[in-house]
Amino acid sequence: MISLQNITKVYDGSDVPALDGVSIDIPDGDIFGIIGISGAGKSTLVRCINLLERPTSGHVIVDGTDVTDLTGAELRAYRRRVAMIFQGFGLLAQKTALDNVCFPFLASNGRVTADDRAKASELLARVGLADKADSYPAQLSGGQQQRVAIARALACDPEYILCDEATSALDPASTQQILDLLRQINEETGTTILVITHSMDVVERICKNVTVLVHGKVVEQGPVEQVFADPQDETTKALLGRVSWNA
Amino acid sequence: MPNVTEFVSEYGGLLAQGTVDTLAMLFVSTALAYVLGIAIGVVLYVTSPTGLRPMPAFNAVLGWIVNMTRSIPFIILLVALMPFTRAIVHTTIGVVGVTPPLVVSAAPFVARMIEQSLAEVPRDAIEAAEACGASIPRIVRSALLPEALPSIVRGVSITLISVLGYTAIAGAVGAGGLGDIAIRYGYYRYEDEVMVVTVILLVVLVQVIQSTCDVIANRIDHRK
Repeated sequence: MISLQNITKVYDGSDVPALDGVSIDIPDGDIFGIIGISGAGKSTLVRCINLLERPTSGHVIVDGTDVTDLTGAELRAYRRRVAMIFQGFGLLAQKTALDNVCFPFLASNGRVTADDRAKASELLARVGLADKADSYPAQLSGGQQQRVAIARALACDPEYILCDEATSALDPASTQQILDLLRQINEETGTTILVITHSMDVVERICKNVTVLVHGKVVEQGPVEQVFADPQDETTKALLGRVSWNA
Repeated sequence: MPNVTEFVSEYGGLLAQGTVDTLAMLFVSTALAYVLGIAIGVVLYVTSPTGLRPMPAFNAVLGWIVNMTRSIPFIILLVALMPFTRAIVHTTIGVVGVTPPLVVSAAPFVARMIEQSLAEVPRDAIEAAEACGASIPRIVRSALLPEALPSIVRGVSITLISVLGYTAIAGAVGAGGLGDIAIRYGYYRYEDEVMVVTVILLVVLVQVIQSTCDVIANRIDHRK
């Protein structure tokens, strides 16, 4: 279980904390949503979990171990347990889809074996891109690129997948595909998935639990049905209102 | 065309030797400058305040040294480095004697070009590599440099062409090569034909370098 304890992040040269005493428990096997408007601190929060960003104070506890201050090989080993998917896909443009999926093997072992390549091919098939192994990212649609990124995330058999606005750059059909894929992965492997989004729609379609973040603070937390049925906070109401207005 | 035949028989050997010398100076010193420049450029990128391993003070000092070296005019650097050049290659003239100052002059230039090429690599691709648990040397070798390669190759043409300019300047202190011929025959001896032909050869070299690098860069770039 990932347990965030009183996470505060203040960027250099800023008086306003990006995160202000955030405490969240993310149960194993969950699809957990963190929602907020732009600038609420969602991305900072998710980047604190895999320590791309170091919290100014507070602790990230994973399965009872404090990982907040990990460095070097221990940090890299921890990061392989926590895969990440980005809004901009984060693929290497000069590598084929297959080589992108093989990158985590290269990162952990310094080489890519025939077995690794076979596993990467299976993962590409798993995300429906068996025929795109030799394509470069620029030859793929946004949805296809994000599926390559998901295959890459799965390469290390992660216990957690962090999705930072993973569908925000995609059209509705691709969004649906990606969300379905994430749900299947969660059901089949039990991988815990953390979904960072500004879209209530995404939360409604995929998440079991949700946390609402406003100005770096948790203002509401609970099962999705409960938060949706009876929102307490004004921002939650606004986020919900905007969705119904859009629809 | 008896004039052409005469010209070739009189200056053909000289110009051929000059071209070979120029190419030798150009490619040897550029290659060495890239060995140094890639290392310095990567360190500049990695240690920048927003880099993978920020070391602002070290980065500032290194940046300052690079800028300082770049700000010294090549002809001054050439002369100032003569004791150093003599110490390592035992001569200060000819192709060999001019290689050390060419390298010292081009390396910081290359370092900045490399830094620039690396900075063009999208941030999230590098963060994704980091999030996969890759070490910094691994990110540099397997993600950063391969991603930046087309841009680096385009930079090579710019570097080669400016080093070509330096080799001509080096001709003034007896480095050999086309620049040397242009000065000795064309400038001191008023043999305009020789000067014109050396200039034509230099123009052709520049065109060939630029076109070759463009073709290679486009061929290896998979972003389209």
